[in-house]
Amino acid sequence: MQDFAASFVYAAELLLSGDPELWAIVLLSLKVSLSAVAIAALIGMPLGAALAVARFPGRGAAIILVNSLMGLPPVVVGLLVYLLLSNAGPLGVLQMLYTPGAMIFAQVVLVTPIIAALTRQVIEDLDAEYAEQLRSFGVSRLNSVPTLLWDGRYSLLTALLAGFGRAVAEVGAVIIVGGNINHVTRVMTTTIALETSKGNLSLALALGFILIGIAIAVNAALGMVKVTATRSAYA
Amino acid sequence: MLRRTFMSLMLALVAAAGFTATGANAEDRFIVVQSTTSTQNSGLLDYLLPMFKEKTGIEVRVVAVGTGQAIKNAQNGDGDVLLVHAKPAEEKFVAEGYGVERFDVMYNDFVIVGPANDPAGVAGMKDVVAALTKISEAKAPFASRGDDSGTHKAEKRLWKAAGIDIASASGDWYRETGSGMGATLNAGVGMGAYIMTDRATWISFGNKGDYEVAVEGDDKMFNQYGVILVNPEKFSNVKAEDGQAFIDWLIGDEGQKAIAGFKIEGQQLFFPNAGAGNS
Repeated sequence: MQDFAASFVYAAELLLSGDPELWAIVLLSLKVSLSAVAIAALIGMPLGAALAVARFPGRGAAIILVNSLMGLPPVVVGLLVYLLLSNAGPLGVLQMLYTPGAMIFAQVVLVTPIIAALTRQVIEDLDAEYAEQLRSFGVSRLNSVPTLLWDGRYSLLTALLAGFGRAVAEVGAVIIVGGNINHVTRVMTTTIALETSKGNLSLALALGFILIGIAIAVNAALGMVKVTATRSAYA
Repeated sequence: MLRRTFMSLMLALVAAAGFTATGANAEDRFIVVQSTTSTQNSGLLDYLLPMFKEKTGIEVRVVAVGTGQAIKNAQNGDGDVLLVHAKPAEEKFVAEGYGVERFDVMYNDFVIVGPANDPAGVAGMKDVVAALTKISEAKAPFASRGDDSGTHKAEKRLWKAAGIDIASASGDWYRETGSGMGATLNAGVGMGAYIMTDRATWISFGNKGDYEVAVEGDDKMFNQYGVILVNPEKFSNVKAEDGQAFIDWLIGDEGQKAIAGFKIEGQQLFFPNAGAGNS
């Protein structure tokens, strides 16, 4: 398969050439997916933690639901968000369709269950460890959420990374709500889909390698944060 | 907790809305055109749109999907202009009040491409109905778009003209990919199937393998493109003035000349014919 080797070289050339179009696409990918993960974390983490510590009827069902939503098909989410944002839909007045905002919206829907479900697991384990102690200080279950989240912050990084991985890699949702418009909503994955459909397989694969490189860079950056932070905490 | 979740949700919406606002500057003048993959994949729009922007300052944002989906999106008011190639569906779109008026823009033609070993022996044929009959008799694999696009509609018309019931062969030698032209070409080349494609996409396609044009030149394979302004009376968000400016440019002298001037590997891909029988 000479395609693979050629694509590797191609990817390196593309990166080194500093092609402004490529960088704009890479930046938009990062902007959209990082924004989506940030918003999804704001929603998903408190939600997941609450689910971990709260006791209410139907809790088991709620947990199963959140866990299942981790497997939401991106194309279905894209379709739902499209129908919401369409000019014929209830949120049409926002004029958000075919903008990066719409892509963030769709990715938030995709990523929130992942972050919530993983947070729930992490916090439930921590709660099992600290519940007695926290109760002895008179902290109620729900009021222990901030403490538990803070305590589990390094483990929760994994939840963020899982969410980011999902967001930056999906194409089904963003291509529907973003429209893959050149210079406006074209991101890495939609570019790869487009180049594949043009039969430019080595260019598509080269872009794929760059996308994997971005994912590695983001993971490494967060990994560094974790290492430095734990080190200083125990120094 | 409920309140916090609610606050987060609000925050999310505000942030997303803020992003939209910064993403589209107020002075950005743009229209959204719902179009087909063939005009985008061939590079035609990348060639035309900068010229139009230079002249008018209007940016054209293209959503390139199959004709079926493009029409559906336009029926939801998601776009200012529709540029597709399925005349009956376009006329229906206008008749139902979704569009203002339909204009012919240009044409190209469909071709049937096949592997060099030509299992059905159709290479060099001109009569497309006879060629399809031969393919069905040989049960040679045929990859169809199967996505209700303009190309798919045209292909179905041709099978019907040949009197062949393709539904019964579906999954056997007749394979519906349910995807765009490029994806269908990739799949068809991979399985050694005959494929009907518009010539523009074929010429600019980069993964041809040993494939060649087998059947071409039949009048039945004529592929007309039309342009329609989405009805602003139906959807108040439609930018009628700028959309009409784009249509006027496209079917005017300048746009028509530009279309004729678009070549890949020395071949002209689209042939302007505005004013030749508008409906």
